Amino acid sequence: MTATTNNTTIIRNGHVFDPLNEINGDIKDIFIKDGKVVSSLTSAEQRDATIIDATGKTVMPGGVDSHSHVAGAKVNAGRLMRPEDHYKSVRTRTALTHSGSGYTVPSVYKQGYDYAAMGYTTVFEAAMPPLEARHTHEEMRSTPILDMGAYLVLGNNWFVMRCLKEGDVEKAAAYVAWMMRTHKAYGIKCVNPAGVENWGWAKNVHGLDEPNIHFEVTSREIIHGLAEVNELLGLPMSLHLHTNNLGHPGNWEITRDSLAIPSDIKPSQKTGVEWAETKMNSRRKQSVYLAHAQFSAFGGSSWRDFQSGVAGLVDYVNKSDHVVIDNGAVPFGPATAMTGDGPAIHDLYMLSGQKWSNTDVEMECGSGVIPFVYLKSSPISSIQWAMGLELLLLINDPWKTIMTTDHPNGGVFTQYPQVMTWLMSKKARDDTAKECHKWAYDKSSLGGVDREMSLYEMAILTRANPARTIGMAHRKGHLGIGADGDVTVYDIDPGKLNLNDTAALTARLARPDFTVKDGRIVARKGEIVAVPEGRRYYCRPYVDDALEKEMLADVKDWFKYYTVGFANYPVPEKYLKNPVAIPVHNAEAEALVRR
Amino acid sequence: MAEIILRCKGNIGIMVEAEVIRPDLFAGKKKEEIEELLVWQGPKPLPLSEFFDVDVSRAIPSDTRPEEANILIEGDVSRVKRIGQGMLAGRIEICGSAGMHLGAEMAGGSILVRGDAGSWAGMGMLGGKLHILGNGADHIGSAYRGSWRGMTGGEILIDGNARSQLGGGLAGGRILVAGNVENFCGIRQSGGLILVKGSAVRGTGAEMNGGTIAVCGAIKQFSPGFVETSREENVLLGDVQLEGWFGKFTGDYALGKNPKGSLYCKGGLEDASNAQFR
Repeated sequence: MTATTNNTTIIRNGHVFDPLNEINGDIKDIFIKDGKVVSSLTSAEQRDATIIDATGKTVMPGGVDSHSHVAGAKVNAGRLMRPEDHYKSVRTRTALTHSGSGYTVPSVYKQGYDYAAMGYTTVFEAAMPPLEARHTHEEMRSTPILDMGAYLVLGNNWFVMRCLKEGDVEKAAAYVAWMMRTHKAYGIKCVNPAGVENWGWAKNVHGLDEPNIHFEVTSREIIHGLAEVNELLGLPMSLHLHTNNLGHPGNWEITRDSLAIPSDIKPSQKTGVEWAETKMNSRRKQSVYLAHAQFSAFGGSSWRDFQSGVAGLVDYVNKSDHVVIDNGAVPFGPATAMTGDGPAIHDLYMLSGQKWSNTDVEMECGSGVIPFVYLKSSPISSIQWAMGLELLLLINDPWKTIMTTDHPNGGVFTQYPQVMTWLMSKKARDDTAKECHKWAYDKSSLGGVDREMSLYEMAILTRANPARTIGMAHRKGHLGIGADGDVTVYDIDPGKLNLNDTAALTARLARPDFTVKDGRIVARKGEIVAVPEGRRYYCRPYVDDALEKEMLADVKDWFKYYTVGFANYPVPEKYLKNPVAIPVHNAEAEALVRR
Repeated sequence: MAEIILRCKGNIGIMVEAEVIRPDLFAGKKKEEIEELLVWQGPKPLPLSEFFDVDVSRAIPSDTRPEEANILIEGDVSRVKRIGQGMLAGRIEICGSAGMHLGAEMAGGSILVRGDAGSWAGMGMLGGKLHILGNGADHIGSAYRGSWRGMTGGEILIDGNARSQLGGGLAGGRILVAGNVENFCGIRQSGGLILVKGSAVRGTGAEMNGGTIAVCGAIKQFSPGFVETSREENVLLGDVQLEGWFGKFTGDYALGKNPKGSLYCKGGLEDASNAQFR
């Protein structure tokens, strides 16, 4: 490699895995100019280019994490309540990088460096309460290297619930559009619909057709309503759904039934962006994206007869084309459960007796945080480990699955390489099954699964599909002409892949030779060598003026219930570093009107 | 290697963090090498010789065995933190008082302090012996801030008094205090033994779920979640013989339905008159 101060980079002779362009390990050169993938470079540009020799190595687009908890009030609550999590996990300052600490809930700097060192360049925060948007953006602004965005928690928002109860989907859509512009949010997150509101009264909902207190709206109405709003607006990603009864034995059925609710809604992306070239259609196909499916696929009826309920859920997903899931793997070890689902955290507290916190976000949502350790000796943890892998291995079409740990709920993002190894190697799974409680294989079907995922499939699960699912494939998750020059070069020769040396495979996945961001080398064998500032993506959906005015008059009146003033509510764009607004439904003529 | 003497050069301003003062780390090192070991004062790394004169005249250079290494510290090191932190073997003797985190996470060897020890001495200790001839401050033999699992082995002896949260999160090993303790002694204890020859103030054994605490004096304000289960005479706790009648209590029921913690209190309910709130 020759380091120069130019704007061109060539990654030579690597085995390229780029699923959206149907490139499966072919030896190819990748050319990057001014941060974007280009078809070729002039000989003068080639002469001055930064050249990475990837001969005998695996080249993938930069990693994309579509579901992680890395910024905002609940993440910070986790940091504050867990000094013991930071004590032994410390990163010292270098000439280039900040110091940092934290294992399950690292400080913002450490998060950015650790993701980049692992080959990831894009990470989306999966739950931003509207009132905590400012805090979330402040943390994202301080996170180095990564491109980021955040999903707005709307599943128990009072205004949304009121509109949906009144059957006024257009007003709900106008409100959501305004909220996304106001809080610089990227997508819609729906957490325990109708249930979190009831938690304000120490209750929950346990069925899809159970009206909640006061608003008397059901989970079914909220899921369908928000999915409809999502497609009326034409947002880049679909509804991101965290189902009811999360963490309860036997919840796989309500999860399946929840996924069926938006099956009549057609995905509709109406974003005004330029699309980089791909061979496959890089528009999303789903109308619902199920979050951390593992926590929603519990079988049995109690902890005594607890078992994997993955088979039933997978059966539905295999038959449906409107669903994508991320798994929320459990790779064992310390975790910090944090979610907008306050009652789920209370349940975990009742089980573990650990220190915990719950917060009510006035009129909008709630949240909770609790430390948790997944032990190999624990029968429940062992089944959860098996379930996280079952979900990805039993769903036939990899384009319906995304690999996550729901960081830091199921495990820590730095354990992704370990999860990838389990997916790629049956031996790795069998070895771990021997170390953990026998229920891992006895109470799941994982032991009988022979599937070993290829590097191509791993590229789908960790790059192409997260990008496509959240509508970022116009520039992320592939290496087509015009895509962002984000590339990971792993020291893995696909021809000599040894699935029996699982420790070496994990180590190579954990510390790629190069992480390239916008054409610039940011990490080399785990060491951060450049710290560029990433971009912050958010959506700017437009609706018809008349509808907007009508909705705003209502919202202004509504603000008498808020503790903050209407003028102080929005997050100004100055809170975002390198903001990239994605126009949605932009053209005047297209703006959403009352039907 | 008989003895390496560290003489503190004088008044220390900003506290110094000196986790390099470890007999097993000194073993086999020349005088110059010891002098060059880095300690932190605020944001600055400085050589040990900035604060100490290193005297190796009584050391035997050919003996490099860590377990035979001895460090004698003279002068006031009450502003020097982390002495003996993480040590595995050897012996430290401190003629005066020591700063915070003395012998924290030590796993072997022994430390003797002739004066007082600052807070967090013996934090998360795994093994070895820490003897404080004077008084101990807060959090002696406790878990790290935020953690509920602390000391797992070894022994801490305090000839004087200790302050609050002695043995917090104690999971193993034992702590013997000749004098009194203050608040929340043995909070979140899950194993091991705490013996207090004097009295305790309040919160003794709060949220404990295992292990044993014995208080030979009075507990001023008894924790409400404890229930008297028996009265025993001349209780034997391991090799520690208590004399006289003790009330034995189980708790802390504030934590759960079936707690496994044992709390012995001299005189039982007479001295702990408000015990049965259950």
